[in-house]
Amino acid sequence: MKAAPFSAVLGAAITLFFIMLALISVLWTPYDPASFDVPARLRAPSFDHWFGTDHFGRDVLSNVMAGTRVSIAVAIVAVGLGMALGAPLGLIAAAAGGAVDEWLMRASDIVFAFPALILAILLTAALGPGALNAIIAIGVFNAPVFARLVRGSALSLWKREFILAARAAGKGKPRISLEHILPNIADLIIVQVTIQFSLGVLAEAGLSYVGLGASPPTASWGRMLAESQTIAAIAPWTAIFPGLAIVLCVLGLNLLGDGLRDAFDPKLRRAR
Amino acid sequence: MNRARAIGVYAGQRFVSLVLTLFAASVVIFILLQIAPGDPATYMMGLSASSEAVQALRDELGLSAAPVDRYAKWIGGLMRGDFGVSYTYRAPVAGLIAERLSVSAPLAAFALAMSVLLGLPLGFVAAAQRGRPLDALVMTVTQIGLAAPNFWFAILLVYLFSVVLGWASAGGFPGWDAGFVPAMRALLLPAFVLALPQAAILARVMRSALIDAEGRNYMLTARAKGLSESEALWRHAFRNALIPALTIIGLQFSFLVAGGVIIENVFYLPGLGRLVFQAITQRDLIVVQGVVFILVLIVVSVNFVIDIGYAIIDPRLRRAP
Repeated sequence: MKAAPFSAVLGAAITLFFIMLALISVLWTPYDPASFDVPARLRAPSFDHWFGTDHFGRDVLSNVMAGTRVSIAVAIVAVGLGMALGAPLGLIAAAAGGAVDEWLMRASDIVFAFPALILAILLTAALGPGALNAIIAIGVFNAPVFARLVRGSALSLWKREFILAARAAGKGKPRISLEHILPNIADLIIVQVTIQFSLGVLAEAGLSYVGLGASPPTASWGRMLAESQTIAAIAPWTAIFPGLAIVLCVLGLNLLGDGLRDAFDPKLRRAR
Repeated sequence: MNRARAIGVYAGQRFVSLVLTLFAASVVIFILLQIAPGDPATYMMGLSASSEAVQALRDELGLSAAPVDRYAKWIGGLMRGDFGVSYTYRAPVAGLIAERLSVSAPLAAFALAMSVLLGLPLGFVAAAQRGRPLDALVMTVTQIGLAAPNFWFAILLVYLFSVVLGWASAGGFPGWDAGFVPAMRALLLPAFVLALPQAAILARVMRSALIDAEGRNYMLTARAKGLSESEALWRHAFRNALIPALTIIGLQFSFLVAGGVIIENVFYLPGLGRLVFQAITQRDLIVVQGVVFILVLIVVSVNFVIDIGYAIIDPRLRRAP
């Protein structure tokens, strides 16, 4: 096996860094992210406040750290939810075929008729804003993504000899799906998880930016940006650092995803 | 003759599926907004409202009828272009949407044009300079473009233009009555920001499609004819690479429409995005319903046009699902 390319290693390192940051923020942040310190408001970055402070004197670094936790938690749970819903449906569609397959795919067409963000807005409009509803909104959009991927690759596997052999041995369709199909498409699912995870971080940022994500006092990158908008003219650091955190986190996940895709399938070296 | 007929049949099939998708989407929208929150009137008025006020609103909105009848009334209205009446604006929703579309649609179209004008040349240059520093630069910049939320770019650009460079305030919209040039100037920065991630995607797709073409026989022939590498890329590979690029451009339209919803908020543009977020905070559900339906209609229609366009260009694609 060839050594992993630099970009993939970099991606893995960045992803690991953000996961560590999220974990550390549970135990320790330089300041309490939610506590106001009005006399120290709008401080430029310094040794006391590496990323400066906002209009309430909240430490930007502490909030970026705490925001990592929210972004990663929302994205992980949402993508996990999408995968848990979508992958079994894809397996069922491929195994059952016929009308079941047809209906499941039509249902996924309907979800895809909604632009992802609009679907999220619709769901949060119905359920109300909040981290949990953001998770549901992002998860619902992820389900058909996984259903399609799993169905497509499972369908091609069902035609292969080793599946035929398993059927000849008397195994039922559900058992073949779990014992033979799923392990053979696990690598594809992992790559897709990485891609959806980075989209999930962006989606969470977008939703919380428009006020449909985690509600205060929970720190979130998107809401930090929304709040920074009116004060960016006098305190640009309040806009720069949360944005950089998003870019770096998504960049790391994208590089990792590209690297994993290349590692699993050298033929699939397609740029996005 | 057969070809024209086949395309006609295909278009008919796609149209039926478009109508069915729209119907299903309308059911989803209705269920989420009218049935999920319980009683919409109570939801709209909030917890502090008196029961008389809630009842009055319920009568006004025709909420006493069964959900199926209410749905039939809504969808029947939609077909006649009647989207209902907003209870906060006290105006027909169709009029509100039409007014806001006159900002959102040009914004999306402007952004699409910009993403093509930025993305295709960048992808071409990267492919022609494959493996050289310029290629690496394009790939790095586009990688960042993919990772950055465009509303963050928007905030930084507004800061750069209005504060650092001291240009006129970035944001707001003078309206088309103020003239074409001032209106387009107000849309320039939002459209640019909206176009950035899409341009990055397009550049990468273009680059890889061109690189794919490099090993093909027609490229060898072109080189054998004596064309230089970039000439061969331009005259032969570029056309073939346009097909995947067109697919992406089609898909982008729905991203641009949806992305515009957020960007409008950064630049205080009176488009569909601002309308829908205000409606959400004021719980004006009939407006949310109408806007979401229109957005879905736009996305589904654009995909329909692209599918038909493909069938005309490439008959093989007609049988694809």
